[in-house]
Amino acid sequence: MQEQEKAQASELKVSARRAMNRRTTWVWAGRAILAFVVIGGWQWFTTEGWVDKFFFGQPTEIWNSLVKLFTEGTAFGTIWENLWVTMQEAIYGFLLGTLVGVVLGILLGSNKYLSEVVGPYIRIVNSIPRIVLGSIFIVAFGLGVFPKVLLAAVLVFFVVFFNAFQGVREVDQNLVGNVRVLGASPLQVAIHVTIPSAMTWIIASLHTAFGFAIIGALVAEVLGAQQGIGLIISQAQGTFDPNTVFACMVIIAVITLGAEYLIALLEHTLLKWRPPNRSEAQAI
Amino acid sequence: MKGLQRQRGLSVMNAIHPNRPPGAPERTEDAAGIDIVGLTKRYLTPKNETFTAIRDVTLRVEPGQFCAIVGPTGCGKSTTLAQVSGLERPSAGSVRVHDQLVDGITNGVSYMFQADALFPWKTVLGNVLIGPVLLGTPKKEATVLARDWLRRVGLAGFEDRYPHQLSGGMRKRVAMAAALINNPRILLMDEPFGALDVQTKAIMQNELLALWEELRPSVLFITHDLDEAVALADKVVIMTSSPGTIKDVFDIDLPRPRGDVQKIRHEERFLELQGQIWESLKDEVTRAYKQSAGVAA
Repeated sequence: MQEQEKAQASELKVSARRAMNRRTTWVWAGRAILAFVVIGGWQWFTTEGWVDKFFFGQPTEIWNSLVKLFTEGTAFGTIWENLWVTMQEAIYGFLLGTLVGVVLGILLGSNKYLSEVVGPYIRIVNSIPRIVLGSIFIVAFGLGVFPKVLLAAVLVFFVVFFNAFQGVREVDQNLVGNVRVLGASPLQVAIHVTIPSAMTWIIASLHTAFGFAIIGALVAEVLGAQQGIGLIISQAQGTFDPNTVFACMVIIAVITLGAEYLIALLEHTLLKWRPPNRSEAQAI
Repeated sequence: MKGLQRQRGLSVMNAIHPNRPPGAPERTEDAAGIDIVGLTKRYLTPKNETFTAIRDVTLRVEPGQFCAIVGPTGCGKSTTLAQVSGLERPSAGSVRVHDQLVDGITNGVSYMFQADALFPWKTVLGNVLIGPVLLGTPKKEATVLARDWLRRVGLAGFEDRYPHQLSGGMRKRVAMAAALINNPRILLMDEPFGALDVQTKAIMQNELLALWEELRPSVLFITHDLDEAVALADKVVIMTSSPGTIKDVFDIDLPRPRGDVQKIRHEERFLELQGQIWESLKDEVTRAYKQSAGVAA
């Protein structure tokens, strides 16, 4: 009897694993086909001349541009130097914007008077097209790294700020009551309850925030710079070279995916107390 | 500031009772009596009307007494607890704990809520040691104490788990250890076992009784469950609804230690008391039900 059960169990496991493998194979096959259709179609359409490759580029040409960027470099130094400049701007902007966003968000979230005084102004600033601030920063601070950091920080700030603010507002009042009864000072309430509780919201915002930091740095570079990926892009635009623009997009995409991965790791360590998330969005 | 004051208070007590080994829970003399006199609490509703949650509540809980408050939903039981803990200020009347007027957070109080107020981002151990840490106990000592308490509530080996990894009953045990670790003079319990299934509830009631008999804090215990109130308490208070007032007070003369709450339910005296109290409670429950049904209709 037991033998039979064991045999059945192992059979079940084997078939489950087989189904799993089959599924993984199909998923990857689907992905490969999708990439092939899109990139291959692009290549085909441009080769046949149905789409003008002078305006829309061509995958093989993009690849050549990529190779050229990495082997021959650009008019403004090697691609690595330019990439490093852009990354620096994005990372400093990200850190600055996150820091200010978290501090102000928690401050305003826990102080009703402050939030009522400052709140309308934050909403006003949020509703103006902030990208345009880049022009002002460049006029005011020149073509160096600083105005780019500033624009990236401004874009990051609002994303993080609103999340931190909301996070503080959503704190479980039972928990606050509990530590207050145990004799916690307002500072201890913040350390033990408010900040850890808002952390979930803050970290969720960091994913989007890093994307905004890159956008801020790139746009500011397009507006005016001495080095950086944004400068390469605007230069390529000037010489009607869509392939280099696409090549730069590929480079930035790879960097952003890497950063996203690091943020996910951070999220995993900081929020390991959370129950496993079963939402569908997580699967993508 | 508060923490410092409390510490000073504790060290004074240690000076008065030098023979007490550190951390020993046996100090019935420390349990504080609660005197509630003419307590009224009004709230302003969003529509700018005043709502009287409790009116003229007068109640005395002797030091070390276990007092249960029973009443229909929305009769201001939780409001009463909030006034005792000092989280809220009364609109009229006064609360005295240990002959001191409650003004701000009361010292030596622990709260246990229906929803378990555990920190989801702290481990089981971290949740329990927060109490002593907030009093300024060094982390190392607090950890030793917390481990000991986890052992007492039967959760040794679960120190590094997070609350979401535990069952409802286990979470209640953590909350109980966290509430008792500071050896409170007063334990306020707001339907602590309301959300548990019947079997787990009975087990938790037994454990609470055992721990209470060791430490003997004064307890104010809110519940809907009349059986629970009679099985656990020395004194059962019936409250009427909107506004909450005290209708009746019953002394429960069942002998201590009570032993198994499951068995005590079948004793003759228990049934007799339970019957008497139900007579008083019945009208209130029906009235409150009719009111809420009227609102819903």
